[in-house]
Amino acid sequence: MKAKIYIKYKEGILDPQGKVTSSALKSIGIDGIESLTIGKYIEIDFDNISKDKAEQITNNSCNKLLVNPNTQTYTYEIIS
Amino acid sequence: MKIKFAVIVFPGSNCDHDAYYALKNIFDIDVNFIWHRDTDLNSYDAILIPGGFSYGDYLRTGAIARFSPIMKSVISESKKGKPIIGICNGFQILLECGLLPGALINNKNIKFLSKNVSLVVESNTSIFSNQLNIGDTIKMPIAHREGNYIAKTDTIKELEQENRIIFKYENNPNGSISDIAGIINNNRNVLGMMPHPERACESILGSVDGKLIFESMIGSC
Repeated sequence: MKAKIYIKYKEGILDPQGKVTSSALKSIGIDGIESLTIGKYIEIDFDNISKDKAEQITNNSCNKLLVNPNTQTYTYEIIS
Repeated sequence: MKIKFAVIVFPGSNCDHDAYYALKNIFDIDVNFIWHRDTDLNSYDAILIPGGFSYGDYLRTGAIARFSPIMKSVISESKKGKPIIGICNGFQILLECGLLPGALINNKNIKFLSKNVSLVVESNTSIFSNQLNIGDTIKMPIAHREGNYIAKTDTIKELEQENRIIFKYENNPNGSISDIAGIINNNRNVLGMMPHPERACESILGSVDGKLIFESMIGSC
């Protein structure tokens, strides 16, 4: 069982890395990009536990440490 | 009896010796380094959380340090009203542990900024600024990449109404909302600031304005 966690800045929070990378793509001729944001990807491997328990641990980890609710939001998927 | 300061040391702190040096040699007070695994700050009159890169800034600045064993004691001492100053990474840690509101994100231009800046004193009704006058301009260095202060609009309003913004940048270097450089908690005993007063305590370093912050603090102990 594994959790794939995606963390990104909340809307309206400055993402200078995303902005610069987006304009770099434009400058090398890749068109059609409206915007680009850079976030974080975290994987957690679990012991042999239920999906409910895995979700619980994932949310707990995000709320207590992995995510700063002032600036970031997260989504996740649990993969067995 | 001499005042006793604790300088907290995390793995990756690198302004701890600057702070220790300034407090000991310039203000002639007792200072001890306190390793982050220690748990008791009861015998100290004031606490300084120094700058640096605690835990290599892994995950987010200050995010791991806030769970170091010593932080429980920092929080409990703060509730007793003890003066606590967090400088640079120390400010980031105070935000992560919730003693101060808001967050610090990447500077607007994503650059690490290391230079002298001018700060305007916004409030002198704090134990960190009572030796200063409102409107005074003081000079000291900044050295950070994540110094761009953000908070909810309501929080900014609250900070303004309660006179809790102590320092603002004269020329905003990093994109901070309302030019904020330093704020205090609602009990007015915890200050977080990005600029480094401990590096501005001797004329050979270009400024002695940082002394006024420590003198305010020491005078209030």
